[in-house]
Amino acid sequence: MNKESLKIPISILLSALATFAIGLYGELPWWSFAVANFIIAIAIPLKPWVHFLTGALGVGAIWAGLATGIDAANNHILSTKVATILPLQGSYVLLIVITALVGALVGGFASLTGAYLRKK
Amino acid sequence: MRILPFIASAVITVGLASVLNTQLPSGTAKTPKLGYFLSPQHGFWKNAEKIDAGFDASIFAKDLKGKVDVYLDDRLVPHIYADQDEDAYFVQGYLHAKFRLWQMDFQTRVAAGRLSEIAGADKLSIDRFFRRLGMVYGAEQTEKYINDNNPVMKATVDAYTAGVNAYLQQLSPADLPFEYKLMNYAPEAWTPKKTYLFLMFMSYDLTGRSATADLQLTNTRDYLGYDLFEKLYTNQQDSLDPIIPKGTLFAMPSIVPQKPLSADSAYLKKQPPMMAINNYSIPPQAPDKNNGSNNWAVAGSKTKSGRPILCSDPHLGLNLPSLWYEVQITTPTHSTYGASFPGSPAVIIGFNDSLAWGVTNAGRDVLDYYELKFKDSTQKEYWHNGAWQATTNRQEIIKVKDSADVIENIAMTHWGPAMFDAHYQNPQSKGRNLAVKWTGHNASTGVETFYKLNRAKNFDDYLSAISLWKCPGQNFVFASKSGDIAIKQQGSFVARWDRQGDFIMPGTDSSYDWQGIIPNEENPMMKNPLRGFVSSANQKSVEATYPYYLGTASSFPLYRGISVNKHLAKMSQITPLDMQQLQTDNYNVFAEVARPALVKFIESSKLSYDAQKMVQEMNNWDLYNNENSKGITAFKIIWDSVEYAVWGDELAGAEVPLTKPEAYVLLDQMNKDSNFTVADDIRTKGIVETLKEQVNLGIEKAAIKWKELEKDNQLTWAQFKATRVLHLTKTPALSRFNLPIGGGVNIINATTETHGPSWRMVVHLTDEIEAYGLYPGGQSGNPGSPYYDSFVDTWAAGKYYRLLFLPKDKIKSDSRTKWHIQFSKA
Repeated sequence: MNKESLKIPISILLSALATFAIGLYGELPWWSFAVANFIIAIAIPLKPWVHFLTGALGVGAIWAGLATGIDAANNHILSTKVATILPLQGSYVLLIVITALVGALVGGFASLTGAYLRKK
Repeated sequence: MRILPFIASAVITVGLASVLNTQLPSGTAKTPKLGYFLSPQHGFWKNAEKIDAGFDASIFAKDLKGKVDVYLDDRLVPHIYADQDEDAYFVQGYLHAKFRLWQMDFQTRVAAGRLSEIAGADKLSIDRFFRRLGMVYGAEQTEKYINDNNPVMKATVDAYTAGVNAYLQQLSPADLPFEYKLMNYAPEAWTPKKTYLFLMFMSYDLTGRSATADLQLTNTRDYLGYDLFEKLYTNQQDSLDPIIPKGTLFAMPSIVPQKPLSADSAYLKKQPPMMAINNYSIPPQAPDKNNGSNNWAVAGSKTKSGRPILCSDPHLGLNLPSLWYEVQITTPTHSTYGASFPGSPAVIIGFNDSLAWGVTNAGRDVLDYYELKFKDSTQKEYWHNGAWQATTNRQEIIKVKDSADVIENIAMTHWGPAMFDAHYQNPQSKGRNLAVKWTGHNASTGVETFYKLNRAKNFDDYLSAISLWKCPGQNFVFASKSGDIAIKQQGSFVARWDRQGDFIMPGTDSSYDWQGIIPNEENPMMKNPLRGFVSSANQKSVEATYPYYLGTASSFPLYRGISVNKHLAKMSQITPLDMQQLQTDNYNVFAEVARPALVKFIESSKLSYDAQKMVQEMNNWDLYNNENSKGITAFKIIWDSVEYAVWGDELAGAEVPLTKPEAYVLLDQMNKDSNFTVADDIRTKGIVETLKEQVNLGIEKAAIKWKELEKDNQLTWAQFKATRVLHLTKTPALSRFNLPIGGGVNIINATTETHGPSWRMVVHLTDEIEAYGLYPGGQSGNPGSPYYDSFVDTWAAGKYYRLLFLPKDKIKSDSRTKWHIQFSKA
């Protein structure tokens, strides 16, 4: 694998890790990971649309992973209730998908914005 | 930099994040901030507890004096062992907050008229009602009184407050309770005033029905005229089995309330002017009529062990999180177990190592309206005793989410706050200016009653503890290891003349004022009676020979008391299991009398096929309101339908809803007087309907309903009644529906749609206390916890938990002890 193609997995990994790390600080607003993704996209030169995907995948994966883990340990008690309130027919799977999608969209666009800022 | 794409994507990113950071409208409500709410590290996912989560912890707090050990059992009940009393209440506050923070905050906001602040203008009518009723005013009186006069209670409530706030201070935003995230607001610091507001709410819940009932009764009397009113809303309850048995002699009263000479014309038959008023504010639903309870104690002479057994089950709204939170508090001064109120220190209903106590609502009327005559629209002066008296202005500022503040200017009179005036009316108040006088407004050291009961060692301690109790009036039942049983109705009760305060009273002179509060010694009491038991079930505490008027009969349900006393009189060799079976008994003593009365009038041959089938179902019924019974469903819809056929026409023409006569009124007429004239439908001119015709008409109408229920497969009692435990916000996803449970109105197991036995407790006063109990909820208020509703199914099944009540050295090694939280001074 050449150096260029490593940039994509590294970006995804960085985006996921940064999202997780910044989220540990519950006092910071929930969207703080967007700023991290924005900076990562400035730091690593990739085509803007590629960065959209790395940001979206990074955040989406970590949010999906966290939500899935929490949900399994909780035996779906709360997700089933929330999926009735929102309303998603009580489907915890759908709720995890929506959770990941929300994170992915914000992460993706934040990365895209960073990438455009860098691009000459 | 590619400027245009950059700007475009920056705008999309910020826009997206902003939309996800906004509460969007959804019907009448609003969504949570979706980005925040769904974030696995900020939002609701953080509230999804691991099902095998542990609760071990070490907590350091500067306000503690010494060490406190808390052991949590397998039901998540904390057993608090503290070296100092105040530390115990600090930890109780901390644990209430840890497990029930949102609920405490929410309930005190309701009491304080501050719902609009978090939920918007939709809730304004509820807030205005509570503000104008004087809820905040009453809490302020109590706070001031305790701060000035009662250092021990002040220290107790302060320690409790410090405990709640110690939890709040270490709470990170990500760990806020679920409902804050859903509704998007944050908790605020606890204060002693919030504790007093919570207790005001209980006063309202248990005595505030008069705030609606007095208006309705006045309107009903005005509409029907006094003579018909007196017939249909009679205070005479022939089958009454009072708390203090009939035939008991009462001491000479120290107050002889005098009915004013003008009462017959100016009060009882008064026709107030009907004014047209717009902008009605719809009041919150009045406290449920079924806010009642059972309690009883049997003496050793009636039990197998020779030791007393005490039972208590308060019937209140069934909610999640529950009103109750179980706790054991052990300090060098006392060791107590029972149900506590999140929001207040101490145990409210429970037992200690010497005795047990329980409460039921007294139902006595302690809230009245007085009609005011203001000099002019400024409401600065009102007419009283032949002169213009000055009012003072009390300002209540209601903050409203996303909207301007609403200011209530309330004219304060010597009666109390002018609740209804030109600025505030509801459909029942009909344009009148009404001041409300309520014992709930007076300073009260109610907390001290529980504080002392928690520490009581014997009958005298019990009596001295409850002597402080003012509002809401309660029947305190008592049993001790030493073998005493007792019951006393205690509260600040008005010395009333007959029917005083049932209707709005004239407020222009003092002749209609309360003529005194009945001295505690004259409140009904019974200790160690020969019959070997004491009991109460919200019925009238005394027969008519008691020298004071108790309040309108509709406040005193008749049949549960008859049922309880019938059983207790028959029973002997009683065990705690027998008492559990009695608490969950579904026998319908009303139907036992009402069904034969009804059947006399039924003309089977003339009924339709469907009606005959339904009547047959009723006739074959075993008189138990069991969950699978169809006979009770048939009886219930037939009785309701017949009542409607008989009363409907009398009440139908009124512009505002009137109260329905009590069931026993129709029953008495059926048994006594088959030429009952009210049966005639006054809408059918020229035809005189007899009671027989009305009964059969009612049955035919019920048969239509029966057919519908049959089609929807809802004929069994549990399906028809559909008992539910609603989340405090009424959010269906957070509630439990269609519980498989029998019972109902008039039944010892008083479980209706949304009300029922909210804390069932059975205490056997053996050397080592043997106690059972549970409430329909769970110890955790978190909808994401397995302990959120963990008792509900057991409760519905009529089963009990054996309560763990052990000294510290024994609890450590008990197999049911699961976790340990250590509190130390920081």
